[in-house]
Amino acid sequence: MTQPNSQEAPLLRINALTKAYPGVIANEDVSFDIGTAEIHALLGENGAGKSTLVKMIYGLVKPDSGQMVFAGAPFAPPAPAAARQTGVAMVFQHFSLFEALNVAENVALGMENPPAMGQLAERITSVSRAYGLPLDPARRVGDLSAGERQRVEIVRCLLQDPKLLIMDEPTSVLTPQEVEILFETLRKLRAEGTSILYISHKLEEIRTLCDRATILRRGKVVAKTDPQQASASELAEMMVGTALKPAARVTGMKGAVMLEVRGLSMAAPSDFGTALKDLSFQVNAGEILGIGGVAGNGQDELLLALSGEITTAAGTVRMQDDDLSQQGPLERRRAGLLCAPEERLGHAAVPDMSLTENAMLTARVRENMDKAGMLDWGAARSFAQDVIKAFDVRTPGPATAAQALSGGNLQKFVVGREILQQPSVLVVNQPTWGVDAAAAAAIRQALLDLAAQGAAVVMISQDLDEILEIADRFVALNGGQLSASEPVEGLTLERIGLMLGGAHGMEVAQGAPAHATAPQGGPS
Amino acid sequence: MDLSTFNWLPLLAALMVASTPILLAGIGELVVEKAGVLNLGVEGMMITGAVCGFAMAIATESAVIGFVSAAVGGAVLSLLFGVLTQVLLSNQVATGLALTLFGLGLSAVLGQNYIGVKGIEISAVNLGPLADIPFLGPVLFQHDGMVYVSLLMVVAVWYFLNRTRAGLVLRAVGESHDAAHALGYKVVRIRLAAIAFGGACAGLGGAYLSLIRVPQWTEGMTAGAGWLALALVVFASWKPGRVLIGAYLFGGLTVLQLNLQAAGVKVPVELLSMSPYVITILVLVLISSGRRGRQTAAPASLGRAFHATT
Repeated sequence: MTQPNSQEAPLLRINALTKAYPGVIANEDVSFDIGTAEIHALLGENGAGKSTLVKMIYGLVKPDSGQMVFAGAPFAPPAPAAARQTGVAMVFQHFSLFEALNVAENVALGMENPPAMGQLAERITSVSRAYGLPLDPARRVGDLSAGERQRVEIVRCLLQDPKLLIMDEPTSVLTPQEVEILFETLRKLRAEGTSILYISHKLEEIRTLCDRATILRRGKVVAKTDPQQASASELAEMMVGTALKPAARVTGMKGAVMLEVRGLSMAAPSDFGTALKDLSFQVNAGEILGIGGVAGNGQDELLLALSGEITTAAGTVRMQDDDLSQQGPLERRRAGLLCAPEERLGHAAVPDMSLTENAMLTARVRENMDKAGMLDWGAARSFAQDVIKAFDVRTPGPATAAQALSGGNLQKFVVGREILQQPSVLVVNQPTWGVDAAAAAAIRQALLDLAAQGAAVVMISQDLDEILEIADRFVALNGGQLSASEPVEGLTLERIGLMLGGAHGMEVAQGAPAHATAPQGGPS
Repeated sequence: MDLSTFNWLPLLAALMVASTPILLAGIGELVVEKAGVLNLGVEGMMITGAVCGFAMAIATESAVIGFVSAAVGGAVLSLLFGVLTQVLLSNQVATGLALTLFGLGLSAVLGQNYIGVKGIEISAVNLGPLADIPFLGPVLFQHDGMVYVSLLMVVAVWYFLNRTRAGLVLRAVGESHDAAHALGYKVVRIRLAAIAFGGACAGLGGAYLSLIRVPQWTEGMTAGAGWLALALVVFASWKPGRVLIGAYLFGGLTVLQLNLQAAGVKVPVELLSMSPYVITILVLVLISSGRRGRQTAAPASLGRAFHATT
């Protein structure tokens, strides 16, 4: 790995930048340098001010005070176009792509002086090949996978020969294999002299990839460190401000079988979905069952079948003595089977509705939010308030729209909303996806506490560390089929690899993500 | 029913003239909707254009000034809608409906002194030998200039949307205003420009009615042409070429209805006048039941208000 050239003049010097919004100081006196040919990590929890800072560098937001110096010249871009001209390119966290347009048109939109479409298509093909990110310029972006969409954004940046590439949470939508490809690309760019400002809260990624790290907390720089020397827990501590407690596991008594799935088969609900093939498993009271596997192997479909959004053949989903297979979500909630889906905005919560309204949507039956046949908004508001308080959801109040919350806070709300209804069985899909370390720890602890109180928990997750940390038993979901379950205690990574079968490239170890070890021919 | 006595030549000759108002208004609304704005005020802008064009043409004895004034009148009225919806973030559907009602009222006031006034003479453009071709001559080449301007407009809009960078940016704004904003494009400014263009086109379409098709001013003379133009954009699934086909189809139905009546054929008039809307509904069903399922051709941000958060 190349060492950062700290002696030379930095590529970008950020000096005492401050930006305040009404009621909150997003950045206060932030200063740091980004060297040439360096991958510089910007680390911080959700709401620490990372996004505001990069928006100032990219010219979307003007700082209240402070200066920037880019390659020796004062740098104060009034608009993104000016930043792009200077040599700053940015890959957004939420893709800034247009689904109805094709790849070449999307690339052209992000360039200052794009060549004619024919030439541009050729350049896209050649650049994308050169960096191992193959792309067909004529394809509609709406038909591409999340990983391919990110390639479009990266190629769009690369075509402008940027000196500084900003990447905002680039891996949150990628499969482990795609992460590995991305890292190869970034290392190649560094070797060619490009600097990268890498924003993330995934500590292992930063330790694997980055040369230096600047850590933000509540809008201020709290530490600058070499991430390859620091341990993940040290980084997490600097980011959060307090030491993170690993989730305390209480190995309580396992009770009777609460949820039983027997011979569950389901056709794929969409062209891009996965069919479920003859799944069977049981979850006992007081137990957490972890279902692992790479995304797109039937996780979303399993949640739909368990939540009742799609009903299945009689006898396939049973809770104690009740057959719930033919029941809809409302009946299942009444019976005590609650679900928190992966997609926070649009599935778990209605983006434009307030937290109170979102609380009403799933908690009405169990929390008695009816008064003489009318909705009792007072009850919904106080329930939402309870969730906010119990799960430390940072928001002005229950009247806030769901989409105004940061990802981590909304995730705490949607998981907390189900937990506070005291389910007998809780099914969660990717409970800590895109959530910062502190919020993830809180959610995991809440799941453990729920199990300790005698509920059965089914946790679908792509994060193997998370499953190993809190689950009691592990099963692998691969190509719509389920492996036999194994107790997590004493489970070796080798054994997990075998269980995952075709789910190659899964991030298993701490540190570097494992390369593809399993033979080709995975989910089919 | 005796169709042998039915004379097809005048029907085909009238087709282009009958279709031009909705073609003009439709191609303008297409650009507006491609930018992500749903302006339901086409009827109001058309009739405002009709009265502005008629009044100015009478005053100056110039058809060109009449049409230019109609375009300006339609654009000014549409910018009222633009400021309300894009700057003050009012609801587009409600504001558009209000614009139609406002335009109908405004035109009635402006046109009070022009009721019963005879319009100016506008002759066909001389296309030389083309006009003398048997059959094709009267059908295609003996019309006034605006017919050909409207055809050029379709080609120009197609070229603009699909071949120019500005057109690409406009489509991008209509697809995802948030993404366009993140890339640094001026969403509100682009939409205002599209709205003004749509207003100008609607104004031209209205003036075509009052200056050429009728040609005189009567209150409420657009008689639903604006709504037909709106249906036309959906029928065309937001593609300029199909707007042309749709306009001639819808226009053809109007002419057919008149000619059938004249020929004494007993087809209920109402059936023919509602047919464009029935066809549009059928097209909508076809689009949404196609292989792409829910992915309709509509711009993704159509009708959504944009407010920059940064």
